[in-house]
Amino acid sequence: MEEDIDTRKINNSFLRDHSYATEADINLSVEFNHTGELLATGDKGGRVVIFQRSRRSKNQSHEPEFDYLKSLEIEEKINKIRWLPQQNAAYFLLSTNGTWSVIRGQKGYNLKDEEGRLRDPATITTLRVPVLRPMDLMVEATPRRVFANAHTYHINSISVTATMKPTYIVDIKPANMEELTEVITAAEFHPHHCNTFVYSSSKGTIRLCDMRASALCDRHTKFFEEPEDPSNRSFFSEIISSISDVKFSHSGRYIMTRDYLTVKVWDLNMENRPIETYQVHDYLRSKLCSLYENDCIFDKFECVWNGSDSVIMTGSYNNFFRMFDRNTKRDVTLEASRENSKPRAILKPRKVCVGGKRRKDEISVDSLDFSKKILHTAWHPSENIIAVAATNNLYIFQDKVN
Amino acid sequence: MFARGLKRKSTEDAEDGDGGVAGVPAAPSYTLQRQSLLDMSLVKLQLCHMLVEPNLCRSVLIANTVRQIQEEMTQDGTWRVVAPQAAGRAPLDRLVSTEILCRSGREQEGVGDGPLPDPAPGQAPRRPQSSPWGLDGSREGRGGFQKSLDHIFETLENKTPGSVEELFSDVDSSYYDLDAVLTGMVGGAPSGPGLPAFAPAAAAPPSSTCRSDLGELEHAVEILVET
Repeated sequence: MEEDIDTRKINNSFLRDHSYATEADINLSVEFNHTGELLATGDKGGRVVIFQRSRRSKNQSHEPEFDYLKSLEIEEKINKIRWLPQQNAAYFLLSTNGTWSVIRGQKGYNLKDEEGRLRDPATITTLRVPVLRPMDLMVEATPRRVFANAHTYHINSISVTATMKPTYIVDIKPANMEELTEVITAAEFHPHHCNTFVYSSSKGTIRLCDMRASALCDRHTKFFEEPEDPSNRSFFSEIISSISDVKFSHSGRYIMTRDYLTVKVWDLNMENRPIETYQVHDYLRSKLCSLYENDCIFDKFECVWNGSDSVIMTGSYNNFFRMFDRNTKRDVTLEASRENSKPRAILKPRKVCVGGKRRKDEISVDSLDFSKKILHTAWHPSENIIAVAATNNLYIFQDKVN
Repeated sequence: MFARGLKRKSTEDAEDGDGGVAGVPAAPSYTLQRQSLLDMSLVKLQLCHMLVEPNLCRSVLIANTVRQIQEEMTQDGTWRVVAPQAAGRAPLDRLVSTEILCRSGREQEGVGDGPLPDPAPGQAPRRPQSSPWGLDGSREGRGGFQKSLDHIFETLENKTPGSVEELFSDVDSSYYDLDAVLTGMVGGAPSGPGLPAFAPAAAAPPSSTCRSDLGELEHAVEILVET
């Protein structure tokens, strides 16, 4: 499998591949399709942009790049994007904003409802140390209207079953508001067992449901919850335990959850606690009141697995994103910003200084820019190519094949 | 702003080795911090309907926070009711009181672990969003609030501590039941909505709790329940 991923190697390997910018705060959602050939982004203004992998060889080295393929305007705000398993040569893109639409994502974009067919998942290849390299292509897009839907409850999470029928889990408002103390925050279908799905809650719990057992999603077959740590108890404990994203591993054996300060990996066979916990930005623990005041504490970060389930990635503030190697237990902080990543330049790891003397190149907690948050990231299903949405910029980083 | 986030008061005071907050139930700083958090949370609930995208999860989490504080204050016996003010100024005064409490809390505690950046005196941390009220939506909303707040600040800072006493009177406690408020089912609300405004930081903080404007909360409730 992959060799030991040294932090320095990871540092040396990520280069900016591509940048796609808009002027407005568009909150890009990003997703690779199942083969990794297409990358879709959707923004608040209702714009869907699809990039396609191109294989041009330059200088005898195989340097796959992403080309801007097509964009599509729909009159709705896009929250999440998920690819449906494709049927033959047709690609499908699903977006949601409170309603949903299926878009044929190839030539000739049509808005209509479709069903695809199951396709064999791409073979997961061995991952080398990821090396990121910037691309030359730059796409500028003009900002669009932000659609205000004051009275709709958006679909928060969408997932696609292995056998094709898209199914949705929506936050349901109870008849009596005073009874509402917990909401569903994210959900996903099992990658292999289409009858099984998980959903997470605002109280930090995960429920695994088998639809064969019950038609109601409140009948769960497994219930995952970690006991609360009494020494860390505060008025913000519940808020920071709220799970913002849940993702099955590609193997289907694990689930990963993201709450405000951590990423946790759970074994489906162990419900009483996660098997791994990774601190994303624990230095924020002493700032929770301020983050509550400015609403940052409600930011919903996503998390992703790499193709082999050995590395997990999630975003943070100041345009930082974090990667954790589950095998070596090493982690790295990288930054997605134009200023810090010239084309073809290698990203250097960043470090947040939590106290004491600040070293050169470190950034102190109080200097972090909390308006620059990376909520959405995507990892190619089989290669070391990642897409990082930093506010109104999309960065694609890819492995430098030596 | 608050050291280590705002820790819940531990009932086992003797066992809790944490410095500072726990184990001193009557400590003014903790009470003040908790009150400030309550105020801030109620303001956020009020403002939910003003967001471009009302967020159910966020509303529920804030409401739960308010409940937690309410429960603790009930156990403390500090969940006392404070009277509303004159109707006209009430909602904005309500917002102002939170800011003043936050400011006074910081001045009492020193910078400590501090807010995110070093705020200008009298201002809450303003890192990502420029408003301390957590408005993450329309810019219009922020601008309008800011003007109103500035005006109220000036008005408020001219008050003397003694004037605060005049504002308190007895109110039916069911008025402030959060569940009832959230469902908008409280009937017979007093005609004068609003909250006491606290004197500037130099004055001793009032021992009573403060409540939201019921009218504003009812409105927020309507927004929450409507489809």
